[in-house]
Amino acid sequence: MSALLEVTDLHAGYGPADVLHGVGFAVANGGITTVLGANGAGKTTLLRAVCGLIRRRGNVQFDGQSIATRTTERIVRMGLAHVPDGRGTFTLLSTEENLRVGAITRRDSRGVAADMQKMFTYFPRLQERRGQQAGTLSGGEQQMLAIARALMLRPKLLVLDEPSFGLAPMVVQDIFRIMRTVNQEEKVSILLVEQNARLALELADTAYLLETGRVVQGGPSEQLRDDETVRRAYLGY
Amino acid sequence: MDAFLHQVLSGLATGGIYAALALALVMIYQSTHHINFAQGEMAMFSTYIAWSFIDAGFPYWVAFVLTVLASLLIGIVIERVVIRPVEHAPVLSVVIVFIALLVILNSTAGWIFSYTIKTFPSPFDWRGLQNSYLSPHEIGSIGVTLMVLLVLYGFFRFTSLGLAMRAAAQNPVSSRLVGIRVGWMLALGWGLAAAIGAIAGMMIAPVIYLDPNMMSGVMLYAFAAALLGGIDNPFGAVLGGFIVGVVENIAGAYIVGTELKLSVALVLIVGVLLFRPSGLFGRRYVVRV
Repeated sequence: MSALLEVTDLHAGYGPADVLHGVGFAVANGGITTVLGANGAGKTTLLRAVCGLIRRRGNVQFDGQSIATRTTERIVRMGLAHVPDGRGTFTLLSTEENLRVGAITRRDSRGVAADMQKMFTYFPRLQERRGQQAGTLSGGEQQMLAIARALMLRPKLLVLDEPSFGLAPMVVQDIFRIMRTVNQEEKVSILLVEQNARLALELADTAYLLETGRVVQGGPSEQLRDDETVRRAYLGY
Repeated sequence: MDAFLHQVLSGLATGGIYAALALALVMIYQSTHHINFAQGEMAMFSTYIAWSFIDAGFPYWVAFVLTVLASLLIGIVIERVVIRPVEHAPVLSVVIVFIALLVILNSTAGWIFSYTIKTFPSPFDWRGLQNSYLSPHEIGSIGVTLMVLLVLYGFFRFTSLGLAMRAAAQNPVSSRLVGIRVGWMLALGWGLAAAIGAIAGMMIAPVIYLDPNMMSGVMLYAFAAALLGGIDNPFGAVLGGFIVGVVENIAGAYIVGTELKLSVALVLIVGVLLFRPSGLFGRRYVVRV
């Protein structure tokens, strides 16, 4: 499998201070990669740097092209959809409008309509809430909406920033199940940042461990799962 | 009774113009959280452009369309050249830029077109519209305002560019993450606001005549309208415009007299800020600490 996203020696941060110090990882074409780490390890920063939302330096190859100096808008248009932390809901727009915004760069209106139907089959709750102002949705519904909005782009790579954050276990199960479906049926590669290490390692084929801005470990998920230190620090048994 | 009805209806006619200007203010406020103090001067300058086209012999409606297009362009250029560099500046710096823009536009207009008052034609002079309640121009101006509101509503509600603009105003980061060019959306917002202002200017100029200071009073009412309706609610601003227009007329005719009419706007502004800062339909922001 060739890499869809390949990052090497990535430095990034806010203001004068770097948060990431030479991070490297990859997402295989059609694969699922997860980046684990504690609070403050730099997970969110990593995703923001990949998408060009913050100052960064290093090599970022996406779909065969270097995106290290491209603007967020252009990177997104290449097929990289980012579900940001905090979900990034357009609170005053309706649920349906949120989905339309997700597909705003697409020109095939028929495909968009079909994809919207597909989102409603993935997330029936969203169909019930179709005309409702998105800011009034529950946290779980907003997370579903954020993922659906990102999928409306018909991306090659779906980037998710802690989709389980603050949600009930049932909802988290749902969301992870749909991520697997999307990966298998739509061939969407996934880059997932998570605190819930157990679930993330179950879903992903490749995993990396981020500590204070550096990758300290990386490899196939099973390998990390069986690793003594990872188990103690992140899985808690 | 007839006189009263006349006051109300003609209040609706000027109210429509306040509504349009208030809407232009709201559009810029929603996306940047700044009040464009130069909105009125931009409208005044556009009206002079229209006057130049008409003076050069263009038919009225051709001049009208050319002016709207030119204003759209000028609005975009102003945003890109003047406003963009202070995007992240403290609010006071931005206010000073707005005031500078106001003064520059005002004196440039005086310099190019002189400070002598000019008449501005009305395209609505059909005899068939003659009646005791409203002048033909007032009827036409209500029609144009309603048309503008309808077109804007349709644009923002049903087109994908309109949706992109609303999204960009609400959540710039999320908008970038779906591929919207947020910077251009802001510029386009300025362009639209300038175009709306141009139409309002062309509709009010036949009534109050054309001179570089023509908008100072009108803008005061527009500010009052925007505040009354809620500075972040387009529908509120429009309704506020019509309310202010009617209240202004009635107060002028029966309560304070025409000389003190402008103070009605001030009373409204102070009243709203004191008793209902979010306006009639504005969103109330509660900050958790």
